Amino acid sequence: MRYFYYPGCSMSSSALEYDVSTKAVLGELGAEVVEVEDWTCCGASTAETVSFLLSLVLPARNLALAERMDGDGDFLVGCSACYTNHCKVGEHVKRDPRLLDKINAALSIEHLTYTGKVRVRHLLDVLANDFGPEAIAARVKRSLSALSVAPYYGCQIVRPYGLCDDSEYPTTMDEVLAATGAEVFPYAMKVKCCGGVLMTTKKDVALRLVGGLLQAAKGADCIVTVCPLCQMNLEAYQGDVSRYMGEDLHIPVLYLPQLLGLAFDLPREKLKLERNMASPRPVLDKLA
Amino acid sequence: MTQEILDLTAPTLDRSFLVALAPDEKLRTCIQCGTCTASCASAYAMEYTPRQMWRMVQLGLKEEVLNSKTFWLCSTCYSCSVRCPRGIPLLETIGALKRTAIAERIGPYKESINFYRAFMDVVRRYGRVDELEFMTRYFLSTNIFSIIGYVPLGLAMLMHGKVTIKGGLRMAPRLVGISGAGRLDALFRKVEELEAEQ
Repeated sequence: MRYFYYPGCSMSSSALEYDVSTKAVLGELGAEVVEVEDWTCCGASTAETVSFLLSLVLPARNLALAERMDGDGDFLVGCSACYTNHCKVGEHVKRDPRLLDKINAALSIEHLTYTGKVRVRHLLDVLANDFGPEAIAARVKRSLSALSVAPYYGCQIVRPYGLCDDSEYPTTMDEVLAATGAEVFPYAMKVKCCGGVLMTTKKDVALRLVGGLLQAAKGADCIVTVCPLCQMNLEAYQGDVSRYMGEDLHIPVLYLPQLLGLAFDLPREKLKLERNMASPRPVLDKLA
Repeated sequence: MTQEILDLTAPTLDRSFLVALAPDEKLRTCIQCGTCTASCASAYAMEYTPRQMWRMVQLGLKEEVLNSKTFWLCSTCYSCSVRCPRGIPLLETIGALKRTAIAERIGPYKESINFYRAFMDVVRRYGRVDELEFMTRYFLSTNIFSIIGYVPLGLAMLMHGKVTIKGGLRMAPRLVGISGAGRLDALFRKVEELEAEQ
């Protein structure tokens, strides 16, 4: 299977470990991953505070770049915010077809055209539906049966469009994790918000939200995420959150492909666990 | 929370506010059920809950809404939009509120406005966002002392290779010289032109 891969800004810098482990795991599963040439920022949750049209044109630019690449393939995204922004273009054009002309009028300045022929896919969607638990189980060299893992989906992978899983109670990550032999921790907060950008603009509010997420994961060996912003909010502020909530809430947080990489026994340099800000040591000790 | 008493019979109520924010006027069909508030992760920190704010928008209380922090506390989790029994695209209206507040420079939330502005400046100029540069711009634009609270995080990120000293040095001249052609200048300008035509 072939994918036009859009890493996005975070996965090219602070979340490089997510990028590297994603490519390693997909390579192991036999996927062909080609990076979208000359991609630019999707506008995050910010472009629409400047202009609604801009919030569609920025992701449409990347989709148009993928459309002119050789061969067929889906547009693969690892970051949930980038994913929702790229899905948003097609969803809005469906609702109001006149937007297509406006988007293309803007893109004409870069000699690009968006038609909507490339399908937008999240990494979790691809792992769960293109490969599936059986193909994943077949690649497991080291069972993760010693681990209880809390699957954290976050918001923008399942909302607002719910294209690849249920908006209220998604289960695809649970299935992927179970395929590694891990026990899936019953995680009631799996789609509750981590606060997103509020961690920067209104930190005390975000600390409380993350506090709730970490409290609910107590008893699990680690939390697994599929979004760089969720990962950062869950792992980087555990000291602050523990003080704010008045209890020790430290817990390892891994990206899904990092955990799959452990199960596939991929070389450590492909997982880059040393970059994780909440120490993954307790997980590695349990697997040793 | 203090609750103001609003005179709903006042003749000055301005319905153009709702129409400007939500041209499809679906928001007029809000039945005040409160599902949005019950679903909102940060409602507890707002002076008006989402349900109250939507009623205020219906009533045209533009100044009160734009001067509140309610919509700036939205973390864009989309729970309200997905659950609204009327199918009102609430998040799109939140986006319109933020645009209006920024365009009209109204509101108490300098941090949020500076955050969004600094982010889009970096996108326009470089096409991609260097997180270190963006955060530095943001903190410089807000309150230089606010950066102190994030120093331990910055050091931890440095230790884990998430930001680099080299990146910091590379960034220094960029922060001084803002002039010159940006990577996405032409595209941003074209979008501005198209929006002005409407």
